[in-house]
Amino acid sequence: MVLSYYPGCTLKNKAAQLDRYARASLEALGITLEELPQWQCCGGVYPQVTDEIATRLSAVRALAEARDRTGTLVSVCSACHHVLKRTNEDLKRDETFRERANRYMQLDRPYEGETKVVHCLELLRDTVGFDNLKKAVVRPLTGQKVGAYYGCLLLRPGKQMQMDDPEDPRILEDFLRALGAEPVVYAMRNECCGGYVTLENKPLAQAKAQSVLDNAGALGAQCLVTACPLCKYNLTRNASGVPVVYFTELLAQALGLTEEG
Amino acid sequence: MRDYSEEIRRITGINPRKCMRCGKCSAVCPAYEEMEYHPHQFVAMIERGAVEELMASRAIWNCLSCMACLERCPRSVEPSRLVEAARLMVIRQAGKNHLLPDEIPGLLDEELPQQALVSALRKYGK
Repeated sequence: MVLSYYPGCTLKNKAAQLDRYARASLEALGITLEELPQWQCCGGVYPQVTDEIATRLSAVRALAEARDRTGTLVSVCSACHHVLKRTNEDLKRDETFRERANRYMQLDRPYEGETKVVHCLELLRDTVGFDNLKKAVVRPLTGQKVGAYYGCLLLRPGKQMQMDDPEDPRILEDFLRALGAEPVVYAMRNECCGGYVTLENKPLAQAKAQSVLDNAGALGAQCLVTACPLCKYNLTRNASGVPVVYFTELLAQALGLTEEG
Repeated sequence: MRDYSEEIRRITGINPRKCMRCGKCSAVCPAYEEMEYHPHQFVAMIERGAVEELMASRAIWNCLSCMACLERCPRSVEPSRLVEAARLMVIRQAGKNHLLPDEIPGLLDEELPQQALVSALRKYGK
Protein backbone atom coordinates (compact mmCIF):
# COMPACT_ATOMS: atom_id res chain seq x y z
CA MET A 1 0.00 0.00 0.00
CA VAL A 2 1.38 3.41 -1.00
CA LEU A 3 0.17 6.53 0.79
CA SER A 4 1.15 10.17 0.39
CA TYR A 5 3.36 11.57 3.10
CA TYR A 6 3.87 15.06 4.48
CA PRO A 7 7.01 15.14 6.65
CA GLY A 8 7.08 18.84 7.61
CA CYS A 9 9.99 21.16 8.32
CA THR A 10 11.21 19.76 11.62
CA LEU A 11 11.23 16.12 10.54
CA LYS A 12 13.73 17.03 7.86
CA ASN A 13 16.07 18.41 10.47
CA LYS A 14 15.88 18.35 14.29
CA ALA A 15 13.37 15.50 14.46
CA ALA A 16 14.99 13.14 11.96
CA GLN A 17 14.25 10.12 14.18
CA LEU A 18 10.56 10.86 13.95
CA ASP A 19 10.75 10.74 10.15
CA ARG A 20 13.30 7.97 9.60
CA TYR A 21 11.81 5.46 12.03
CA ALA A 22 8.23 6.14 10.93
CA ARG A 23 9.11 5.38 7.31
CA ALA A 24 11.20 2.31 8.14
CA SER A 25 8.60 0.89 10.54
CA LEU A 26 5.66 1.41 8.21
CA GLU A 27 7.63 -0.09 5.33
CA ALA A 28 8.23 -3.18 7.47
CA LEU A 29 4.48 -3.29 8.12
CA GLY A 30 3.64 -3.13 4.41
CA ILE A 31 2.95 0.59 3.96
CA THR A 32 5.15 2.78 1.79
CA LEU A 33 5.11 6.49 2.54
CA GLU A 34 5.56 8.49 -0.67
CA GLU A 35 6.71 11.99 0.13
CA LEU A 36 4.81 14.74 -1.67
CA PRO A 37 7.24 16.18 -4.21
CA GLN A 38 6.85 19.87 -3.45
CA TRP A 39 5.36 20.30 -0.02
CA GLN A 40 5.69 23.58 1.82
CA CYS A 41 5.85 24.23 5.56
CA CYS A 42 2.39 24.10 7.17
CA GLY A 43 3.24 27.06 9.41
CA GLY A 44 3.11 25.00 12.59
CA VAL A 45 0.03 26.78 13.90
CA TYR A 46 -3.55 26.46 12.80
CA PRO A 47 -5.09 29.96 12.70
CA GLN A 48 -8.13 30.00 14.94
CA VAL A 49 -9.98 32.81 13.15
CA THR A 50 -11.99 32.46 9.97
CA ASP A 51 -10.50 35.31 7.90
CA GLU A 52 -6.96 33.87 7.83
CA ILE A 53 -6.85 32.44 4.31
CA ALA A 54 -3.24 32.67 3.11
CA THR A 55 -1.91 31.03 6.28
CA ARG A 56 -3.87 27.86 5.44
CA LEU A 57 -2.93 27.65 1.76
CA SER A 58 0.19 25.52 2.07
CA ALA A 59 -1.98 22.91 3.79
CA VAL A 60 -4.59 23.18 1.02
CA ARG A 61 -1.87 22.67 -1.56
CA ALA A 62 -0.60 19.51 0.14
CA LEU A 63 -4.12 18.17 0.61
CA ALA A 64 -5.03 18.72 -3.05
CA GLU A 65 -1.77 17.12 -4.21
CA ALA A 66 -2.42 14.07 -2.03
CA ARG A 67 -5.95 13.71 -3.45
CA ASP A 68 -4.56 13.50 -6.95
CA ARG A 69 -1.88 10.95 -5.96
CA THR A 70 -3.11 8.43 -3.40
CA GLY A 71 -6.17 9.95 -1.72
CA THR A 72 -4.62 9.75 1.74
CA LEU A 73 -2.18 12.12 3.44
CA VAL A 74 -0.13 10.77 6.32
CA SER A 75 1.88 12.87 8.73
CA VAL A 76 3.79 12.05 11.90
CA CYS A 77 4.39 15.45 13.51
CA SER A 78 1.53 16.49 15.82
CA ALA A 79 1.59 20.08 14.59
CA CYS A 80 1.54 19.22 10.87
CA HIS A 81 -1.24 16.73 11.42
CA HIS A 82 -3.22 19.31 13.37
CA VAL A 83 -2.92 21.98 10.67
CA LEU A 84 -3.64 19.57 7.80
CA LYS A 85 -6.59 17.91 9.51
CA ARG A 86 -8.29 21.12 10.60
CA THR A 87 -7.74 22.85 7.27
CA ASN A 88 -9.27 19.84 5.58
CA GLU A 89 -12.27 19.97 7.91
CA ASP A 90 -12.62 23.68 7.12
CA LEU A 91 -12.64 22.93 3.41
CA LYS A 92 -15.49 20.50 3.95
CA ARG A 93 -17.59 22.73 6.19
CA ASP A 94 -16.79 26.39 5.56
CA GLU A 95 -18.14 27.41 2.18
CA THR A 96 -16.53 30.87 2.23
CA PHE A 97 -13.09 29.48 2.99
CA ARG A 98 -13.47 26.74 0.39
CA GLU A 99 -14.41 29.25 -2.26
CA ARG A 100 -11.64 31.71 -1.39
CA ALA A 101 -8.95 29.04 -1.06
CA ASN A 102 -9.89 27.57 -4.43
CA ARG A 103 -9.79 31.00 -6.02
CA TYR A 104 -6.18 31.32 -4.90
CA MET A 105 -5.22 27.80 -5.88
CA GLN A 106 -6.64 27.76 -9.42
CA LEU A 107 -6.56 23.96 -9.54
CA ASP A 108 -7.74 21.95 -12.53
CA ARG A 109 -10.39 20.49 -10.25
CA PRO A 110 -11.56 22.39 -7.13
CA TYR A 111 -10.49 20.84 -3.86
CA GLU A 112 -13.28 20.24 -1.37
CA GLY A 113 -11.70 18.21 1.41
CA GLU A 114 -11.72 14.80 -0.31
CA THR A 115 -8.33 13.64 1.02
CA LYS A 116 -8.26 11.38 4.05
CA VAL A 117 -5.91 12.97 6.59
CA VAL A 118 -4.29 10.40 8.84
CA HIS A 119 -1.76 10.54 11.63
CA CYS A 120 0.81 7.73 11.78
CA LEU A 121 -0.73 6.50 15.05
CA GLU A 122 -4.18 6.28 13.44
CA LEU A 123 -2.63 4.37 10.56
CA LEU A 124 -1.15 1.88 13.02
CA ARG A 125 -4.45 1.51 14.87
CA ASP A 126 -6.95 1.54 12.00
CA THR A 127 -5.09 0.22 8.96
CA VAL A 128 -2.31 -2.01 10.30
CA GLY A 129 -4.20 -2.82 13.49
CA PHE A 130 -2.55 -2.99 16.92
CA ASP A 131 -3.07 -6.78 16.98
CA ASN A 132 -1.06 -7.12 13.78
CA LEU A 133 1.54 -4.70 15.06
CA LYS A 134 1.91 -6.87 18.15
CA LYS A 135 2.51 -9.91 15.95
CA ALA A 136 5.22 -8.04 14.03
CA VAL A 137 7.16 -7.12 17.17
CA VAL A 138 10.45 -9.01 17.39
CA ARG A 139 11.96 -7.25 20.39
CA PRO A 140 9.08 -6.60 22.80
CA LEU A 141 9.62 -3.82 25.32
CA THR A 142 8.78 -6.19 28.15
CA GLY A 143 8.97 -4.68 31.61
CA GLN A 144 9.42 -1.10 30.36
CA LYS A 145 7.10 1.37 32.05
CA VAL A 146 6.34 4.08 29.52
CA GLY A 147 4.11 7.13 29.83
CA ALA A 148 2.20 8.41 26.80
CA TYR A 149 2.47 12.16 26.39
CA TYR A 150 -0.33 13.39 24.13
CA GLY A 151 -0.02 17.12 24.65
CA CYS A 152 -2.60 19.34 22.97
CA LEU A 153 -2.44 19.12 19.21
CA LEU A 154 -3.30 15.47 18.58
CA LEU A 155 -6.49 15.56 20.64
CA ARG A 156 -8.03 19.02 20.73
CA PRO A 157 -10.53 20.09 19.55
CA GLY A 158 -11.90 16.55 19.75
CA LYS A 159 -14.74 17.25 17.32
CA GLN A 160 -12.30 18.26 14.59
CA MET A 161 -9.31 16.03 15.30
CA GLN A 162 -11.47 12.90 15.74
CA MET A 163 -8.49 10.82 16.83
CA ASP A 164 -9.52 9.82 20.30
CA ASP A 165 -11.44 10.90 23.40
CA PRO A 166 -9.71 14.20 24.24
CA GLU A 167 -10.24 13.73 27.98
CA ASP A 168 -9.47 10.03 28.27
CA PRO A 169 -7.40 8.98 25.26
CA ARG A 170 -6.00 5.49 24.81
CA ILE A 171 -4.42 5.30 21.36
CA LEU A 172 -0.85 5.76 22.65
CA GLU A 173 -1.38 3.38 25.58
CA ASP A 174 -2.76 0.73 23.22
CA PHE A 175 0.21 1.35 20.94
CA LEU A 176 2.62 0.86 23.85
CA ARG A 177 0.84 -2.36 24.87
CA ALA A 178 1.22 -3.66 21.31
CA LEU A 179 4.97 -3.10 21.62
CA GLY A 180 5.01 -5.10 24.83
CA ALA A 181 5.58 -2.13 27.15
CA GLU A 182 3.56 -1.33 30.24
CA PRO A 183 1.79 2.03 29.80
CA VAL A 184 1.78 4.38 32.79
CA VAL A 185 -1.38 6.49 32.99
CA TYR A 186 -0.76 9.84 34.66
CA ALA A 187 -2.87 12.98 35.01
CA MET A 188 -0.77 15.38 32.94
CA ARG A 189 -0.64 13.22 29.80
CA ASN A 190 -3.09 15.45 27.90
CA GLU A 191 -2.19 18.75 29.57
CA CYS A 192 -0.08 21.37 27.80
CA CYS A 193 3.72 21.31 28.24
CA GLY A 194 3.92 25.05 27.56
CA GLY A 195 6.12 24.63 24.51
CA TYR A 196 4.58 27.47 22.52
CA VAL A 197 5.88 30.11 24.92
CA THR A 198 9.46 28.85 25.06
CA LEU A 199 10.60 31.96 23.14
CA GLU A 200 8.14 34.30 24.85
CA ASN A 201 8.12 33.29 28.53
CA LYS A 202 10.72 30.63 29.26
CA PRO A 203 10.00 30.38 33.02
CA LEU A 204 6.38 29.50 32.22
CA ALA A 205 7.47 26.88 29.65
CA GLN A 206 9.89 25.45 32.21
CA ALA A 207 7.28 25.26 34.98
CA LYS A 208 4.72 23.54 32.76
CA ALA A 209 7.23 21.05 31.37
CA GLN A 210 8.51 20.20 34.83
CA SER A 211 5.02 19.51 36.14
CA VAL A 212 4.47 16.98 33.32
CA LEU A 213 7.74 15.16 34.04
CA ASP A 214 7.23 15.22 37.82
CA ASN A 215 3.75 13.76 37.54
CA ALA A 216 4.88 11.01 35.13
CA GLY A 217 7.94 10.25 37.26
CA ALA A 218 5.90 10.03 40.46
CA LEU A 219 3.73 7.36 38.86
CA GLY A 220 6.72 5.29 37.87
CA ALA A 221 7.23 6.13 34.19
CA GLN A 222 10.79 5.35 33.07
CA CYS A 223 10.36 7.20 29.81
CA LEU A 224 7.74 9.23 27.92
CA VAL A 225 6.77 9.06 24.26
CA THR A 226 5.55 11.96 22.14
CA ALA A 227 4.77 12.74 18.50
CA CYS A 228 5.55 16.45 18.81
CA PRO A 229 9.05 17.90 18.27
CA LEU A 230 8.19 21.03 20.25
CA CYS A 231 6.95 18.97 23.22
CA LYS A 232 10.10 16.86 23.08
CA TYR A 233 12.29 19.93 23.02
CA ASN A 234 10.43 21.62 25.83
CA LEU A 235 10.25 18.54 28.05
CA THR A 236 13.93 17.71 27.63
CA ARG A 237 15.51 21.14 27.36
CA ASN A 238 13.34 23.14 29.77
CA ALA A 239 12.85 20.48 32.44
CA SER A 240 14.64 17.49 33.91
CA GLY A 241 13.59 14.04 34.99
CA VAL A 242 12.01 11.27 32.93
CA PRO A 243 13.60 11.00 29.45
CA VAL A 244 11.40 11.69 26.42
CA VAL A 245 11.64 9.92 23.07
CA TYR A 246 9.58 9.89 19.88
CA PHE A 247 7.00 7.13 19.66
CA THR A 248 8.61 6.08 16.39
CA GLU A 249 11.88 5.32 18.17
CA LEU A 250 10.23 2.70 20.39
CA LEU A 251 8.28 1.41 17.38
CA ALA A 252 11.43 0.86 15.31
CA GLN A 253 13.22 -0.65 18.30
CA ALA A 254 10.42 -3.18 18.93
CA LEU A 255 10.32 -4.07 15.25
CA GLY A 256 14.07 -4.74 15.34
CA LEU A 257 14.90 -1.92 12.97
CA THR A 258 17.39 -0.02 15.11
CA GLU A 259 21.06 -0.83 15.42
CA GLU A 260 21.09 -0.89 19.21
CA GLY A 261 17.75 -2.81 19.13
CA MET B 1 -13.49 54.69 16.32
CA ARG B 2 -12.63 51.13 15.48
CA ASP B 3 -14.99 48.61 17.06
CA TYR B 4 -12.61 45.81 18.05
CA SER B 5 -15.32 43.87 19.82
CA GLU B 6 -17.43 43.70 16.68
CA GLU B 7 -14.38 42.76 14.62
CA ILE B 8 -13.50 39.90 16.98
CA ARG B 9 -17.06 38.59 16.82
CA ARG B 10 -16.92 38.74 13.04
CA ILE B 11 -13.60 36.92 12.54
CA THR B 12 -14.34 34.24 15.12
CA GLY B 13 -18.07 33.82 14.58
CA ILE B 14 -18.38 33.67 18.37
CA ASN B 15 -21.11 35.41 20.33
CA PRO B 16 -19.58 36.12 23.77
CA ARG B 17 -23.08 36.68 25.20
CA LYS B 18 -23.56 32.93 25.13
CA CYS B 19 -21.13 32.67 28.07
CA MET B 20 -22.89 31.58 31.27
CA ARG B 21 -19.95 32.53 33.53
CA CYS B 22 -19.28 29.01 34.75
CA GLY B 23 -15.53 29.69 34.94
CA LYS B 24 -14.53 26.29 33.62
CA CYS B 25 -12.15 27.90 31.11
CA SER B 26 -10.20 29.67 33.83
CA ALA B 27 -10.26 26.60 36.07
CA VAL B 28 -8.50 24.49 33.42
CA CYS B 29 -6.16 27.17 32.03
CA PRO B 30 -2.51 26.11 32.52
CA ALA B 31 -1.32 29.74 32.21
CA TYR B 32 -3.89 31.13 34.68
CA GLU B 33 -1.31 32.40 37.15
CA GLU B 34 0.59 34.30 34.45
CA MET B 35 -2.44 36.32 33.39
CA GLU B 36 -3.75 39.58 34.80
CA TYR B 37 -7.05 38.86 33.03
CA HIS B 38 -8.22 35.26 32.97
CA PRO B 39 -10.08 33.39 30.23
CA HIS B 40 -13.58 33.97 31.65
CA GLN B 41 -12.67 37.65 31.94
CA PHE B 42 -11.49 37.81 28.31
CA VAL B 43 -14.95 36.76 27.27
CA ALA B 44 -16.63 39.40 29.45
CA MET B 45 -14.22 42.11 28.27
CA ILE B 46 -14.92 41.36 24.63
CA GLU B 47 -18.64 41.33 25.36
CA ARG B 48 -18.58 44.76 27.00
CA GLY B 49 -16.14 46.26 24.48
CA ALA B 50 -13.07 46.57 26.73
CA VAL B 51 -10.86 45.03 24.05
CA GLU B 52 -8.10 47.66 24.17
CA GLU B 53 -7.35 46.74 27.80
CA LEU B 54 -7.11 43.14 26.74
CA MET B 55 -4.86 44.04 23.80
CA ALA B 56 -2.50 45.89 26.15
CA SER B 57 -2.29 42.95 28.56
CA ARG B 58 0.50 40.40 29.08
CA ALA B 59 -2.18 37.73 29.36
CA ILE B 60 -2.78 37.39 25.62
CA TRP B 61 0.89 36.55 25.00
CA ASN B 62 1.03 34.00 27.81
CA CYS B 63 -1.86 31.99 26.39
CA LEU B 64 -0.35 28.61 25.46
CA SER B 65 -2.87 27.97 22.65
CA CYS B 66 -3.46 24.55 24.23
CA MET B 67 -7.22 24.70 23.60
CA ALA B 68 -8.11 23.23 27.00
CA CYS B 69 -10.65 26.06 27.48
CA LEU B 70 -12.05 25.55 24.00
CA GLU B 71 -12.51 21.81 24.48
CA ARG B 72 -14.19 22.19 27.84
CA CYS B 73 -16.43 25.21 27.23
CA PRO B 74 -20.02 23.98 27.64
CA ARG B 75 -21.39 26.93 25.61
CA SER B 76 -18.99 26.83 22.62
CA VAL B 77 -17.72 30.31 23.42
CA GLU B 78 -14.19 28.97 22.94
CA PRO B 79 -12.02 31.51 24.78
CA SER B 80 -8.77 30.41 23.07
CA ARG B 81 -10.15 31.65 19.77
CA LEU B 82 -11.18 34.97 21.28
CA VAL B 83 -7.70 35.43 22.74
CA GLU B 84 -6.12 34.67 19.40
CA ALA B 85 -8.38 37.25 17.79
CA ALA B 86 -7.29 39.81 20.41
CA ARG B 87 -3.62 39.05 19.60
CA LEU B 88 -4.41 39.53 15.91
CA MET B 89 -6.03 42.89 16.64
CA VAL B 90 -2.60 43.92 17.94
CA ILE B 91 -0.27 42.38 15.37
CA ARG B 92 -2.37 43.33 12.37
CA GLN B 93 -1.63 46.97 13.11
CA ALA B 94 1.30 48.53 11.25
CA GLY B 95 4.58 48.08 13.10
CA LYS B 96 3.04 46.00 15.88
CA ASN B 97 4.54 42.57 15.26
CA HIS B 98 5.25 41.01 18.62
CA LEU B 99 8.33 39.13 17.44
CA LEU B 100 10.74 40.55 14.90
CA PRO B 101 12.98 38.39 12.71
CA ASP B 102 16.00 40.32 14.01
CA GLU B 103 15.30 39.07 17.53
CA ILE B 104 15.42 35.43 16.52
CA PRO B 105 19.20 34.81 16.33
CA GLY B 106 19.46 35.77 20.01
CA LEU B 107 16.78 33.25 20.95
CA LEU B 108 18.23 30.22 19.18
CA ASP B 109 19.88 27.22 20.74
CA GLU B 110 21.20 24.17 18.96
CA GLU B 111 18.23 21.93 19.79
CA LEU B 112 15.40 24.38 19.10
CA PRO B 113 13.11 22.72 16.55
CA GLN B 114 12.16 24.60 13.40
CA GLN B 115 8.57 24.12 14.53
CA ALA B 116 9.18 26.53 17.43
CA LEU B 117 10.33 29.26 15.05
CA VAL B 118 7.64 28.92 12.42
CA SER B 119 5.00 28.73 15.15
CA ALA B 120 6.33 31.83 16.89
CA LEU B 121 6.41 33.78 13.63
CA ARG B 122 2.81 32.78 12.93
CA LYS B 123 1.64 33.48 16.45
CA TYR B 124 3.49 36.73 17.06
CA GLY B 125 3.69 38.35 13.65
CA LYS B 126 1.96 38.82 10.34
